[in-house]
Amino acid sequence: MMDLALSVVSLARFQFAMTTIFHFFFVPFSIGMGLVVSIMETLYVIKKDEVYKHMTQFWAKIFLLSFAVGVVTGIIQEFQFGMNWSAYSRFVGDIFGAPLAIEALVAFFLESTFIGFWMFSWDKVKPALHATFIWLVTIGSSLSALWILIANSFMQNPTGFILNKETGRAQLVNFADLIKNHQVWLEFPHVLIGAFLTAGFVVAGMSAMALLRKTKNTDFFRKSMKVGLILGLVTTFGMLFTGDRHSLFLQNDQPMKFAATEGLYENVGGKNKSEPWAVIGWYNEKEHKPDFEINVPYVLSILAHHSLTGENKGANEISRELHAKYDKKFGKDMNYYVPFNAIFYAFRVMAVSAGAFLMVAIVGLWFNRKKHSDEFLMNQKWWLWIMSIVTFLPFAANTGGWLVTELGRYPWVVYGYLTIADAVSPNVSAGSMLFSNIVYFLTFCTLGGVMVYYAARVLREGPDDVMKPKAVVKDPFAEEAFN
Amino acid sequence: MSTLQILWFVLIGILFAGFFFLEGFDFGVGMAVKTLAKDAHERDALIGSIGPNWDANEVWLITAGGAMFAAMPIWYASLFSGFYIPLFLILLSLIFRGVSFEFRAMAKFNKAKNVWEWATAIGSFMAPFLFGMIFTALVKGMPVDNSFNIRGHFFDFVNLFTIVGGVAVVLMSYIHGLNFIRLKVDGEIRYRAAKVAKVLYPVLLAGEVVFAILLFIYTDFFQNKPVITVILLAVIVLATVVSYIATLKDKEILSFIATGVNLVGLVTLLFVGLFPRVIVANNPAHSLLIKDASSSPYTLTIMTWIVVSILPIVLAYQIWSYYVFRKRLTVGQAGSAH
Repeated sequence: MMDLALSVVSLARFQFAMTTIFHFFFVPFSIGMGLVVSIMETLYVIKKDEVYKHMTQFWAKIFLLSFAVGVVTGIIQEFQFGMNWSAYSRFVGDIFGAPLAIEALVAFFLESTFIGFWMFSWDKVKPALHATFIWLVTIGSSLSALWILIANSFMQNPTGFILNKETGRAQLVNFADLIKNHQVWLEFPHVLIGAFLTAGFVVAGMSAMALLRKTKNTDFFRKSMKVGLILGLVTTFGMLFTGDRHSLFLQNDQPMKFAATEGLYENVGGKNKSEPWAVIGWYNEKEHKPDFEINVPYVLSILAHHSLTGENKGANEISRELHAKYDKKFGKDMNYYVPFNAIFYAFRVMAVSAGAFLMVAIVGLWFNRKKHSDEFLMNQKWWLWIMSIVTFLPFAANTGGWLVTELGRYPWVVYGYLTIADAVSPNVSAGSMLFSNIVYFLTFCTLGGVMVYYAARVLREGPDDVMKPKAVVKDPFAEEAFN
Repeated sequence: MSTLQILWFVLIGILFAGFFFLEGFDFGVGMAVKTLAKDAHERDALIGSIGPNWDANEVWLITAGGAMFAAMPIWYASLFSGFYIPLFLILLSLIFRGVSFEFRAMAKFNKAKNVWEWATAIGSFMAPFLFGMIFTALVKGMPVDNSFNIRGHFFDFVNLFTIVGGVAVVLMSYIHGLNFIRLKVDGEIRYRAAKVAKVLYPVLLAGEVVFAILLFIYTDFFQNKPVITVILLAVIVLATVVSYIATLKDKEILSFIATGVNLVGLVTLLFVGLFPRVIVANNPAHSLLIKDASSSPYTLTIMTWIVVSILPIVLAYQIWSYYVFRKRLTVGQAGSAH
């Protein structure tokens, strides 16, 4: 019985991880592509240069592909809380349901309606109004990120509620606190800027791929690359700033998560002592000690305290503190250690990516200067290769961030109040959950494969079809299409 | 049971009714892609006719789910975990149907287009069928334990009544879709849609009678609320008859509205029959009641203010969208979106 119960929990956890990670490939991508396309169309409206219109229509193809996959994988999320985590849904429904409902009402209706407007009204409305439609889509999807992160922030740092002794459930007492939760304002800017960054480097990287393939449309792809890289540069600084702020708060809010990101089992530093930073390492999660690590002096103090000295608690002491605090309620057998190696490396994927983004954006912009001829740029094959590979890096970084956030919550669903084991549906069988896991996995492989295949084809064919004057009526709602 | 709780029960009902009215016809059109259209031009026209709106129509479902979670979390938790497999299959249908429109537009070869058209059609069939089954099972009664967990077995989900319920929703959606095609698409297919609808109306009417009989046998609707149940059943049958006659007389708008009333009437009937419960248990003591399923008065108040201030705006731009894209699509001239 115990084994069965355990496996339901692990299957439900696996499903949550799989569905949210897959969904989170496409969400930042489509929010960001929405912005890129909005910017391009706005440039067209302002500069009236046809190339920007072509850029809008070409990159829109990629945007619409990712949007489609993002939308359909999003429906799973809303259903999943009730299906797999009914005990959780009952416990927090009074609080957690509200942002989800508001997300649908405020964000989903807005984006889904106006993406319809935008797709089917190219030659029907004035360019400025048409550009407004895509901006409304981008605003809609950004708002959706806000509301879902308000919900997630409650799980990370619960505020604005009481525990109702009679019902045994959490009960909302202050809606404003839910929104004012500082966790929201740490997560939301970081995620949103990360979305913009994703699109910036995807557009730049795909443009590099096109140049590698000796495209004829060099002007088109160089302009696209410039838009992508400028966006990439600005957002990389944004990511460093918001990420840094996040880690300052994390030390107090969720010390165990912070300890894992820095590989700290033992306390480090002190009043006038500096703290070294582990660049790489491997951690023995059974004996709670590092197997090996390579440290750089001072760096942790600089990162964590913006100073040359400082102190941080290690996981072993944090675990003792958590036991002292929670043993009465959750028992002595709780394990408060988070998965160390996974979080440690997920965090380093983010950090290394940030460095790579900074370098690629700066060097890329230099190579792409107007002074440099097309020929010069296209001969820098090694560089174009690097940029092509960097196309995929934002997805790794996004996943890294998501893993740190969610794995670092362990063993809680709602930090300090509800454990993962207590959150799962009691009436769903392991068989059902295994079945859905397998089918989801196959579904995602199909969707991901098809999406990448079509995106690659769009790139291979280039922007020729959006550039040539239309011989046939492509837009079914254009005036000419009407009787 | 407070007024706010009743208000939210009604509101969730309205959201589901809106979902079935709107997505009902695009489910119907989706099924018609593989059952009515004869060539690529016709399929283009059908998919184009719901192109700008199907996504927003589906958001009615997402909003209904969200509203359920926010206002009646215990209902949401019990229902979604209790109907795990049917809901999972609905998700799959909506996933493949959802991407099929975009992937079909991207596809170059007829074979690939064909695959995505089948995804559209099968997804559009499965989703309403499963919703019909779930709602029918819900009013028929399920095995529920004393913590409101549904612990159903295969035949609690799949039995004569739930299959008839599923078929009924599919048929209603299909005819609703045919009526939408007659409104929005021009060409020979428009008349073919009418021809098929004329054959299906008698089938639907017969189905509605069977459904009413099964409702009498399997549920407590007639014992608890005989008058309103009979009235609503009459409204549903009448709507079908009106739509039938309107189709015979070529009144397209009226026939479309009438099949819409058909679907809305069915949702209303089910919600009225549920009241004051949200889940009917085989053992009446275990039925989940609105008063036990609801969020706190505070949350309900906040959510009410939010819905009251935002829903009108949403309705305004959705109606505007239907107005902007109101003209007919002509077969042979409808291309893809990009």
